[in-house]
Amino acid sequence: MSVELDVFVGNTTIMDKEVYQLWLNGYTVNDAVKVRIEGGIMEECEASAEVLLSDTMDQYRTFQMCERLLHHPAKLANQLLFQIPPDRQAMLIERYYAFDDAFVREVLGKKLSKGTKKDLDDVSAKTGIMLKSCRRQFDNFKRVFKVVEELKGPLVENIRQHFLLPDQLARDYAAIVFFANNRFETGKKKLQYLTFHDFAFCAGQLINHWTVGAVDNMMDDMDVDLDKEFLQDLKDLKILITDKDLLDQHKSLVCTALRGKTNVFNEMEANFKNLSRSLVNIAAKLINAKDVRDFFIDLVEKFIEPCRSDKWTSIDVNLYLIHYTNSVHILDTFKHHGVWNRYMGVIKSCILRMYHE
Amino acid sequence: MPGKLKVKIVAGRHLPVMDRASDLTDAFVDVKFGNTTFKTDVYPKSLNPQWNSEWFKFEVDDEDLQDEPLQITVLDHDTYSANDAIGKVYIDIDPLLCSEAATVISGWLPIYDTIHGIRGEINVLVKVDFFNDLNRFRQSSCGVKFFCTTSIPRCYRAVMVHGFVEELVVNEDPEYQWIDRIRTPRASNEARQRLIFLMSGELQRKIGLKVLEMGGNAVVGYLQCFDLEGESGLVVRAIGTACTLEKISTLTSASATHPSNSSPSKDMKDSPQAAPSTLGCRSTHSSPVHSASGRLSQGFSVSVPTLLFAGMGSGGSAGKEAGPLKALLRQQTQSALEQREYPFFTLTSFPPGFLLHVGGVVSARSVKLLDRIHNPDEPETRDAWWEEIRQEIKSHAKALGCHAVLGYSESTSICEEVCILSASGTAAILGSRFVQDGPLDTDYRFEEVAPPGCGFCHIPYDELNIPFPAQLTYCYYCRRFKVPDVLFTTIDLPTEANVTGKGCLIQARLCRTKKKAQGEGNATAISNLLPFLEYELHTQLMNKLKLRGMNSLFGLRIQISVGETMLLGLASATGVYLTALPSPGRIQIAGKTPSDITYEQHISNMQKKINDTIAKNKELYEVNPPEVVEEMIGSPIPEPRQRSRLLRSHSESSDEVTELDLSHGKKDAFVLEIDDTDAVEDIHALLTDSPMPPGFYSCNTEIMPGIQNWTSAIQMFTSVRVFRLNNANLTNQGLNKIFSDLCENLLKSLYFKLRSMIPCCLCHLNFTVAVPEDELIQVAVTAVAMSFYKDQTLENGRQSGDKTLIKAITENDEQLQFNLELNAESSSSNPLSSTKGLSDVSGSHPSARAPPVDYSSFADRCSSWIEQLRLKAHTIRRGSVKTTSSLEKASPLPEGRSRSLQSNRSYSGSSVTVVKMTPLSFIPGAKITKYLGIINMFFIRETSSLREEGGVSGFLHTFIAEVFAMVRAHVAALGGNALVSYSMKECVFMENPNKNQAQSLINVSGDAVIFVRESELEATSVQPQSAATRETSNGGDGT
Repeated sequence: MSVELDVFVGNTTIMDKEVYQLWLNGYTVNDAVKVRIEGGIMEECEASAEVLLSDTMDQYRTFQMCERLLHHPAKLANQLLFQIPPDRQAMLIERYYAFDDAFVREVLGKKLSKGTKKDLDDVSAKTGIMLKSCRRQFDNFKRVFKVVEELKGPLVENIRQHFLLPDQLARDYAAIVFFANNRFETGKKKLQYLTFHDFAFCAGQLINHWTVGAVDNMMDDMDVDLDKEFLQDLKDLKILITDKDLLDQHKSLVCTALRGKTNVFNEMEANFKNLSRSLVNIAAKLINAKDVRDFFIDLVEKFIEPCRSDKWTSIDVNLYLIHYTNSVHILDTFKHHGVWNRYMGVIKSCILRMYHE
Repeated sequence: MPGKLKVKIVAGRHLPVMDRASDLTDAFVDVKFGNTTFKTDVYPKSLNPQWNSEWFKFEVDDEDLQDEPLQITVLDHDTYSANDAIGKVYIDIDPLLCSEAATVISGWLPIYDTIHGIRGEINVLVKVDFFNDLNRFRQSSCGVKFFCTTSIPRCYRAVMVHGFVEELVVNEDPEYQWIDRIRTPRASNEARQRLIFLMSGELQRKIGLKVLEMGGNAVVGYLQCFDLEGESGLVVRAIGTACTLEKISTLTSASATHPSNSSPSKDMKDSPQAAPSTLGCRSTHSSPVHSASGRLSQGFSVSVPTLLFAGMGSGGSAGKEAGPLKALLRQQTQSALEQREYPFFTLTSFPPGFLLHVGGVVSARSVKLLDRIHNPDEPETRDAWWEEIRQEIKSHAKALGCHAVLGYSESTSICEEVCILSASGTAAILGSRFVQDGPLDTDYRFEEVAPPGCGFCHIPYDELNIPFPAQLTYCYYCRRFKVPDVLFTTIDLPTEANVTGKGCLIQARLCRTKKKAQGEGNATAISNLLPFLEYELHTQLMNKLKLRGMNSLFGLRIQISVGETMLLGLASATGVYLTALPSPGRIQIAGKTPSDITYEQHISNMQKKINDTIAKNKELYEVNPPEVVEEMIGSPIPEPRQRSRLLRSHSESSDEVTELDLSHGKKDAFVLEIDDTDAVEDIHALLTDSPMPPGFYSCNTEIMPGIQNWTSAIQMFTSVRVFRLNNANLTNQGLNKIFSDLCENLLKSLYFKLRSMIPCCLCHLNFTVAVPEDELIQVAVTAVAMSFYKDQTLENGRQSGDKTLIKAITENDEQLQFNLELNAESSSSNPLSSTKGLSDVSGSHPSARAPPVDYSSFADRCSSWIEQLRLKAHTIRRGSVKTTSSLEKASPLPEGRSRSLQSNRSYSGSSVTVVKMTPLSFIPGAKITKYLGIINMFFIRETSSLREEGGVSGFLHTFIAEVFAMVRAHVAALGGNALVSYSMKECVFMENPNKNQAQSLINVSGDAVIFVRESELEATSVQPQSAATRETSNGGDGT
């Protein structure tokens, strides 16, 4: 004796947010039922386990049927199969494209390839996120990546329009796409302390200031790649460290400005040349794709770590970077003010964001 | 050449990839009507082709316009091989043929393939230039409006109700033709779909012709069914009620909305009471071999005011001469109705004054052996079968002293070559005014007036010759006329009925094993089982009714389904406590041998359980009729003195009546003897019905008694379950339990699913059971969940204001003899009035007239069949009787106003029109402004990759969702935003898991409408915000 077939179809598609989340998290029907029972829904609604099982199966089936529409969220709005109120549609999409910070941290900057997908079971084991859910998140990254890769115009806007995502989520996806495209290294041990949101913030800075679209909105180019011309120009900054006079002059200007304003003045003064060399070298190397990948590790190793070992506070770092950036403009032999500002603006906000005391 | 059909193919979207190499499709469209085909250009390499074709014009006969569907096929062009079909769209152009319905079909329609399901959408434009053929010998019936709704549609008024129309067409089933062996499943399915479209069209045309012949212009309560008889063919049959409808103008509708808003008025009690009603039931079965019968039903009748119902003529002049002689009038009504072949009406709710008395449920069943239909053009056998059944129904009604049958429906159940034909309805007496339009004598009209809230409960038949052992009492509302103790009907609860508390769904479920047999032996076995099945279903219903402390059933629907090794019976109805009827007696359990102490203990435990349940139910449904001052106990056999009194004393005051002691009587309880195995089963069935979770109510009728203040949140759904019995050797009892649990669990699942809508009522719960194969039981449920506001915000101030208004109208009305507007509208606003007080209407019709009743005339007629009924029919009766003071009844006050509170959430963000679907004839909080035509669609879906599509559940889930989507799309293309009176009339599912195959057929229908939220209507009105005026303006706006 068994129920052979059991379906429920509403004119308006009924979807339970809680079950949807369980489905998204990769629970099997039976596990989901267990979770629901533990949640006390049986007492609340006078339901039996049988009823819960039937409901859960039914919902899972509905979600599976919806899934192919969720791959192209724009279709969800003008498909005819399911009558879903717009607010529900938005919820479905947002949750489907939501991701776990722990997961994205593992994948960030990796090539979104089959190879990476194969390693997802390791990621799953490491993060405790179910493999099914990992796959969904990974496929979402890949799908968004593939679509916007081809598109011109502002990255965030493209993502928002094509996937109907809320602003913040669209920005996060932009960061993911940007990282994947430039293959930034984020997995090194020294970078582990950084959260996805730190990286997403930096990505936002890079996208807004260092890509082609950043300078010229009229340009029909993409936001995904860094502005090659700019990277080329960055080499010119080398003069700041190669020209000894300039370096000394720069140092004395910065030290004058900082004196008495910080507890770590001595360390700043002692380290000035090292730090300046590091920052300018990072800039000069960015023309090489390989060094772009190491951008964050370089920032951490060459700037953040020395400062931290000298016990600078964020305020100190901020102060130092302000004067370091501004003093350059007083140097009369230095000509590349535009490039310098564009470079240092991003570097400063990235470092400040990445500088966890 | 009276019609020109014009079609334009605009665009496609979301097409499937047909060319693997390019991941694109080269689509073009084939547009076919009749034998003419047009093609669009190929739109290369796109999944979103823009054809923007010219207008394809088909010049066709209007006959063809009615019969043929427009067939649109989307194909993928292939240079080297045959073009691949992507899918098809069938468009019924019937709505375009009626001037009052839709004018254009325009929108995105899903492209459907019977193997792959929906594959993208196509945007089309369809128009008809139509020149009506005035040829009197024409074969077409364009312009006749069809409605699935079983009441006079809102925004129309009934000028005349002509009566019953039926038609039946047969054909060979393409699935069983020899050619099916060599063609693909797709071709076979499409042949079937197309054939059924054609047959439905033909059927509608033929019915339309009959309507025109009768002088009508519309069919209301149109019910079309398919019988898939397998080898012996395919039968499409339809029944309906022919009417002459007239669109209501703005002004009339304004006044018309009032009656239903009015509150029960105090003066009601002063009005003299009328008309007795019948209690009784009959049913029969016949088979080629055998015949058997037995069943009982309860009577019910309504007397309400005015509405014109024109009969076939006759009797009118006699009425004038006759003067105030009830007998005569009654006879006239009768004779007018008798002139019709079948005085049947498929309507379930009626304009006021249409229905006076109800005789009870009449039903007939017949077991037939199917044989091949040799000549499809002459479907005599099937016609003859139905004729037999209808005659039987007619004679049953007659035997109950009634001249009409309301809420009439027909159904079949087929298993192999055995077919059970069933018909049922409610025997009734109709208002004489509807049968003839002669002026009525005023005095006598006065005499006839009965409060509409209870008039229908009064027995219409002769007390001396009650056809079955019924217990009669004086009406607990008016105390003037006799009422039965229990009332069963197939119609909806009349809006004006006085009800105590809320209603609830009551189901009797039964499963009986049967030996496998062939041919006549099988038919005999089945017809032998039927009477017992019906008897037990009835007993169960009665017990469950008592257990809920209620005294009447509405919307009774008994479905018998036959399988190879079992018979399933499912009876559903909505239980109600009618204020006019006595309260039901207790249920007492008695053991046969009261010797054993443990046994007695057991019995007393059970008794306690039952008593507790009754008490709990009474509380739940708010069935708390005020305890009575004096007890009136009815006598089954009243003395002649009383009888004569009944006949003559209609206008006597109520106190007089209370003096009448109707002799006899103890507060007998209904006794269940527990030694009886059946009784054990009964008790078991009684107690296994689990209570509904708090916040839920359910009913299977249009209107839920006791709930009026609906929100605008509605959710229509279909749920299907198939249960496999793995154990072949089950006893009847075991089977029963399984079947009952199946239904109960299904309900529980529904409650759980819909918990977010609490407080909520599942309305129009419609169960269908089937035995698709040995060991399988299929249950399908369609219903609508509607939320309501918990606290009934009442606006009493408004009522009184309204009441005077209504009175004025009614008086006016009387002078005019009949006020069509008022009646038609108040009837058509019935469903709407579920948002108002059900019982409210009663007050507004102090002038209600009941027809004269001649008891003696029917006494003779009845007596003959009484004997026969005594043998066959079975009634359960007795019961303690408590009087309820009529004025104290706990009828909720009208709550129409709450609509203004309703949220009017429109999902403007979506590019797809939101289409509401409901099995009810109304949308809460909204006004239907236009009927766009009938939707009647038939789909087949088949798969040979069942596992890949998610197994049987995945397959059917997708299919049902697709059917909903296609229905919505067609409604939207007609310009509508809702489908009312929706029903899924067929849902056949067959599987062969070993072959990884499954097939399903679904037939759905309903009325496409445009509705406008009442809040929107209000927004446009410039009326001040006082409740009373707002209501008035509301009505005024709404046309």
